[in-house]
Amino acid sequence: MKSIPTPVRILLALLVPALLVPAFPEIVYPVFMMKVLCYALFALAFNLLIGFTGLVSFGHAAFFGWAGYTTGALMIRFSAHGLPVELAILAGIATATAIGWLIGTLAIRRTGIYFSMITLALSQIAYFLAVQIGWTGGEDGMQGIPRGRLLGLIDLSNDNHMYYFTLAVFALGFLAIHRIVHSPFGQVLKALRDNAPRAVSLGYNTDRCKLYAFMLSAALAGLAGSLKALVLQLSALNDVMLTTSTEVLLMTLLGGLGTSWGPVVGAALVVSLQNYLAELGGVVTIIIGLTFIVCVSFFRRGMVGEWQAMLQRRHSKQHNAPIQDRATTTAETPGR
Amino acid sequence: MFDISMQALAAQLLVGLINGCFYAMLSMGLAIIFGLLNIINFAHGAQFMVAAFLAWIGFAQLPLLLGPEFKVNFWAALVLAPLLVGGLGILLEKTLLKRLYHLDHLYGLLLTFGVALVLEGAFRHFYGISGVSYDPPALLQGGVDLGFMFLPVYRGFVVVASLLICVVTWYLFEKTRLGALLRAGTENPKLLQAFGVNIPLMITLTYGFGVALAGIAGVMAAPLMQINPLMGSNLLNIVFAVVVIGGLGSILGAIATGLALGLLEGLTKVFYPEASTVVVFVIMALVLLLRPAGMFGKEK
Repeated sequence: MKSIPTPVRILLALLVPALLVPAFPEIVYPVFMMKVLCYALFALAFNLLIGFTGLVSFGHAAFFGWAGYTTGALMIRFSAHGLPVELAILAGIATATAIGWLIGTLAIRRTGIYFSMITLALSQIAYFLAVQIGWTGGEDGMQGIPRGRLLGLIDLSNDNHMYYFTLAVFALGFLAIHRIVHSPFGQVLKALRDNAPRAVSLGYNTDRCKLYAFMLSAALAGLAGSLKALVLQLSALNDVMLTTSTEVLLMTLLGGLGTSWGPVVGAALVVSLQNYLAELGGVVTIIIGLTFIVCVSFFRRGMVGEWQAMLQRRHSKQHNAPIQDRATTTAETPGR
Repeated sequence: MFDISMQALAAQLLVGLINGCFYAMLSMGLAIIFGLLNIINFAHGAQFMVAAFLAWIGFAQLPLLLGPEFKVNFWAALVLAPLLVGGLGILLEKTLLKRLYHLDHLYGLLLTFGVALVLEGAFRHFYGISGVSYDPPALLQGGVDLGFMFLPVYRGFVVVASLLICVVTWYLFEKTRLGALLRAGTENPKLLQAFGVNIPLMITLTYGFGVALAGIAGVMAAPLMQINPLMGSNLLNIVFAVVVIGGLGSILGAIATGLALGLLEGLTKVFYPEASTVVVFVIMALVLLLRPAGMFGKEK
């Protein structure tokens, strides 16, 4: 029998308690869990880019937010006329992918910090559009988005049904990302991250690979955004703002860049932190900022990454193999 | 198109020119820092904001706290606030930033981004988001009628002073021995160190200088804009677009691009106000399509 890879094994192991969540609403609130799952999926999508391709996007809120707007607007207008919720989600993903194509085409023309600055600037346009276009609700956003019926049968307005749906989408999203990362395409992405000139010299069309990775990441971020709009039944300006791009970056960094479970751990931590600290205002920003500083200065691998490194250290002590990863090795900066 | 009065056009161009001056000063600072440290200073906007707040605190709060003889006027603030902010920048470089130079540039970016969040959060916590206002110094109040437009003296001062700062900085970097050393450091720090130049010190001071430039801009902006915790990051978003257009390679490029885009933004406000918030970003997109390496582009 072929052995199941560790990340997938963890997923299977966690599915058991996750399936039981609706049975104990007094311990974990299902809506909270759904929110965590949505942001976890968002962070996983983001990690596909920052962790495995080495591209730092400051514009992922554009995909997340606009997918939410699309799904929300469609459900509000047409769900009473029989629009299936699946189609609304697909439309959200399509919107995110299209925006991803636009931003991606422009951003991959530059590398490194320029790439980050371009994504930041372009997502700013996405934000201004959301403020100015009427149907997004501008400053007010959208409220009371109906969840519809899954396959026309299962009523999603029931929180438990919605929870299982969200969990299923998350699990499929996780498996899809796992599959992408471990496919030949994923290997090319890692090669690009670690040594772009070499990947070019080996004959890979790096621009196309980067664009595909960017669009994939945008599509999955869009899926998370659409799902989130259905779960919380609202879409707000906040979802397309820089703060959301920042949060997803923080989740991924905190959990561990380029690890398969790190983004999920980070998302769970950040979402629960927000729940408890919501009323503190400016202090939350300070805490988020300090977390960035501490992560970058002292544990660059993130929580899951440090854990893996510890296991690896223990392993290499027995086998005398050195460990190397991005957080400790020198960056290849041309001209330096 | 001809129903727009000369008066309105001139006024918007002046606003655009002033914005352009700030874009120029900030992107110049970013370029200087990037040249030697190889990081993009995401805290630049926050440092700009802190300087503006410091000017206001010195003027409005210190006298209440310590007595009227501690009142810091605009001119003193113009010197003190940048020194203070630059000093804090040096501290940041010495303690945290310098540990990241051997790593992927991603980490420097994330660290300065964290610093920006901490600064913004702290000022938001203490002063709220609505902000405070600051009057121009007595010497520069009032205005002059130029015939075709009314020019507030302070605005004129800001344009002249910031252009002066740009020119002096450019001169310093391109025409003096110190500048030659700095440029050599940008080109090949290891070789320069072998010649006995103290590179770590040079890097520290460069970061301090770049931050102080943001500080000067911040104090000059204080009487023009509402001082609030987000004033810097709002500006920095545009400055990033400016930097993408102009590139971080040359100081003159940063100055020229900043001024040009400010003026263009002003013009857009006259002819098509709806687009004025995005015009810089749209131009950035166009430049990326037509000249991927930027207007003055040579990519590192």
